[in-house]
Amino acid sequence: MKVKLITRSEDDFTRERSQDLQKVFRNLDPSLHPQERAHEYVRALNAVKLEKVFAKPFIGALSGHMDGVSCLAKNPRHLNSLVSASLDGDIRLWDVAYKRTVRQFPGHKGAVRGLAVSRDGEHLVSCGDDCVVRLWQIPGSFVGEATGEDVDVPVATYQGKNAFRTVDHHWNSSIFVTGGSQVDVWDHNRSEPTNSFTWGADSIVSVRFNPSETDVFATTASDRSIALYDLRMGTPLRKLIMQTRTNMVSWNPREAFNFTSANEDGNCYSYDMRKLNRATCIHMDHVSAVMDVDFSPTGREFVTGSYDRTIRIFPYNGGHSKEVYHTKRMQRVFAVKFSGDGSYLMSGSDDTNIRLWKGKASEQLGVLLPREKQKHAYLSAVKERYKHLPEISRIDRYRHLPKPVYKATKVRHASDDAERKRASRKRAHSAPGSIPHTPARKKRIVAELE
Amino acid sequence: MESEIASEKDGTKEAAVVAKYKRGAKTSLKGIVNKKVKRQLVEKEVLFEEAAVTASKVEQWLLPSEGGYLEAEGLEDTRHFSQESIVKEVDVTSAQKAFDLSLPDLGPYVQDYNRSGRYLVLAGRKGHLAIMDWKQARLIMELQVRETVRDVKYLHNELFFAVAQKKYVYIYDKKGVEIHCLRDHISPLKLEFLPHHFLLASVDKGGVLRYQDTSTGHMVAQHRTHLGRSGVMCMNPYNSVMGLGHSNGSVTMWSPNMSTPLATILCQRGPVTAVAFEQAGLQMVTGGMDGKVKVWDVRKLVPLHTYFAPTTPKSLDISQKGLLAVASGSKIEIWRDALTSKQVKPYMTHRLAKAAQAQDLSFCPYEDVLAVGHSMGLSSLLVPGSGEPNFDTYVANPFETVKQRREAEVHSLLDKLPSELIVLDPTQVGAVQRSGKENVLAKSSLRREANIANAVAAGKPVAVKHKTKGRDKPSKRHRKKFTNVITATRAKIAEQSAAKAKASQVKPVSEDNDSIPRALARFKRKG
Repeated sequence: MKVKLITRSEDDFTRERSQDLQKVFRNLDPSLHPQERAHEYVRALNAVKLEKVFAKPFIGALSGHMDGVSCLAKNPRHLNSLVSASLDGDIRLWDVAYKRTVRQFPGHKGAVRGLAVSRDGEHLVSCGDDCVVRLWQIPGSFVGEATGEDVDVPVATYQGKNAFRTVDHHWNSSIFVTGGSQVDVWDHNRSEPTNSFTWGADSIVSVRFNPSETDVFATTASDRSIALYDLRMGTPLRKLIMQTRTNMVSWNPREAFNFTSANEDGNCYSYDMRKLNRATCIHMDHVSAVMDVDFSPTGREFVTGSYDRTIRIFPYNGGHSKEVYHTKRMQRVFAVKFSGDGSYLMSGSDDTNIRLWKGKASEQLGVLLPREKQKHAYLSAVKERYKHLPEISRIDRYRHLPKPVYKATKVRHASDDAERKRASRKRAHSAPGSIPHTPARKKRIVAELE
Repeated sequence: MESEIASEKDGTKEAAVVAKYKRGAKTSLKGIVNKKVKRQLVEKEVLFEEAAVTASKVEQWLLPSEGGYLEAEGLEDTRHFSQESIVKEVDVTSAQKAFDLSLPDLGPYVQDYNRSGRYLVLAGRKGHLAIMDWKQARLIMELQVRETVRDVKYLHNELFFAVAQKKYVYIYDKKGVEIHCLRDHISPLKLEFLPHHFLLASVDKGGVLRYQDTSTGHMVAQHRTHLGRSGVMCMNPYNSVMGLGHSNGSVTMWSPNMSTPLATILCQRGPVTAVAFEQAGLQMVTGGMDGKVKVWDVRKLVPLHTYFAPTTPKSLDISQKGLLAVASGSKIEIWRDALTSKQVKPYMTHRLAKAAQAQDLSFCPYEDVLAVGHSMGLSSLLVPGSGEPNFDTYVANPFETVKQRREAEVHSLLDKLPSELIVLDPTQVGAVQRSGKENVLAKSSLRREANIANAVAAGKPVAVKHKTKGRDKPSKRHRKKFTNVITATRAKIAEQSAAKAKASQVKPVSEDNDSIPRALARFKRKG
């Protein structure tokens, strides 16, 4: 007879000392883990519910400005550095981590309309309604300095003829471009613009340099146009005219031929700069003019701030926002920025505050233990797997909206539906082919000029 | 050459182990047009394959314990080995696991192990309750409830157990304190606990099946079986469906979500006396008053094998490794591989001392031990190869500390499954539900394919009976012979004619319409 029974000595299966970790044994045999899909589903459901519980995106406000915040600029060299300007001419440099003002840059009379920081993080360009562009030196290291409020004087001033609306700095040389009644190209060391572009007589609203092809930049103007320029050429490249004005463009830093524009009609339109005859995507959800747009450094999502007092985060290729942030006190949002690491948002609004938000509303802040990370990874995988199930998608999709926004959304949907219905009826009662079907991505484009 | 054969053998064995960890067949990429979706699916499949291979490697190299075995040498036969001879051969700690509790006054006894197999609760018909840490032969609690006790079951951990007493179900804690009296369960006969759903199920004298949530106290469902008194109940661990045996010989399967059985099978001739489910949920074993033990395929609901018990089987149990124990009278038979194929003789047999009548059988999880509750007390028998040698700490841990137990309780409550998820096929959860029309189409196409394949393969003519005069014409006989045979050519002809009919339905568009203005087209004479 050969016989053996299962024997386990307690020493092999328990820890030796009380300081040791408990021993863990796994047996992955599926028959020991019955109903695993049901368990995964329940875990996904609980994770989605917990996500809602922990969705507290607001971190804090940077207060100090005495008037509405008109523009923000982030320092590419410092994660915790932010520059803001307000409508009363006040420019402030912030230490975001400590939520305090480090420097003030006084000088502008009237509203500051444009801010830009050079790529090396040393210079700040500001322009405004007082027809002056000012170049400032940004203090190198300010962490740890407890001096608090400190004032600064500009390194250089450049006088223009008309009020400026916007400015952006070149990515790797000492050139910056301002927009106002025309597009001016400036050098740090020259008091006059080195080059000027005019195409139509309207005022330029925004300028953004392409992060990859650094001499190319896009402007938007009040003649409802989005125009592309190249510094190496004497003339503008291309122009696109839409039905409503575009307030801002932002280049996708990962696919730098794509840009997204914030439009006055409450939508954002993504375009491929090589093919401007149709939008690659329309991002809907805002119910009022979108004032600012900024891409995350990952290029997978972008943030928008709107006149409807909300901030939304869109996937770069998604038609609807995946997140909406609002507070009772936040007024119309003029400027939004993603932080340099893509995990925070900054928004400047009419209520004189700059607000700090989390990029992911329910993200756990601070250093995570490896097992916490593993848990988060597991839960997000399970959520991804069961996201199509009705209960999970319902909970995941739901966002509370302020009543005015909610109602305005309904009104917009109703009017859109009515318009669609009217068009289809018109088409049905006309000769076939006489009313062509225009795709939505082309509908808002009036003309494309070269 | 030999090594080559050996490596080939290893390869097939490895493939079998990998197959165990795969969750179903690969997704078919047929008909998927979207390139992106296709690529995502391919990538997923690669990940699944990797996971299965890794899991199989874990099984091959990392599992700490090996299973037990009992092998005969020479002319010996394993079924003739007595418990005494086995006890003599094994080591001291294993020998201690075989014991007899002589409790002749308050029996017959029923018993239940907790999920990790460390604790044992036993209950005598005449009101005797006891909890043991049985490996250490330590009595934790003893209690006399002075009432008929019919069944006992551990709840989610060893702290609580439910007892089916004369009138109601009671819940006691580890110290023997009565925690709850569940007055909704009236004169219960049998209890079951669903650990994933925290449901306590009872079936009573009137044939009513009740589910009560032990975490919230909610009465989840009360189903009337309408089949009279039933004292036979067993849970299928694979899908948590409850199987009830009835006196008319049928076994019904229940979930709390439906007031009618999910499935009914007529299993025995005469009353069903015992039901047991295999751990993987593929097979069910039933025992009846007719003295037969039958193995059933639970998915197809068809019988697989039949065995004969010496007398009426009183209780059945299937171990984690698929050993089947049958208790009839004072004889215990243990069968190996009896579910997968028909066996001719049992693996082990045992006869209870003093002609004690067996009442209840339970295999101990993660141990090679079978507990038999009988009229003279309780016997613990050694059954090598019955238990799963490797436990999973997060499922059931025999060496659990108090802190681990507390944590596990919280986690199991967080992962508690809603009772709505109890269905016959647990892989349905999260799967795409086809519309009725699609289902019908899929089924009919399957049927057609199978028919054609059969016809092509066999092409056998059907034997036709000779009938009365007038109905036995040669033409009729020929027609009858081929009514049910679908040959390949016949299917092809049917398809062709269908295509033809479809083509003839499409009317040619008249061309001269263009010459007439649209507004006047309707006045044009037709034809």
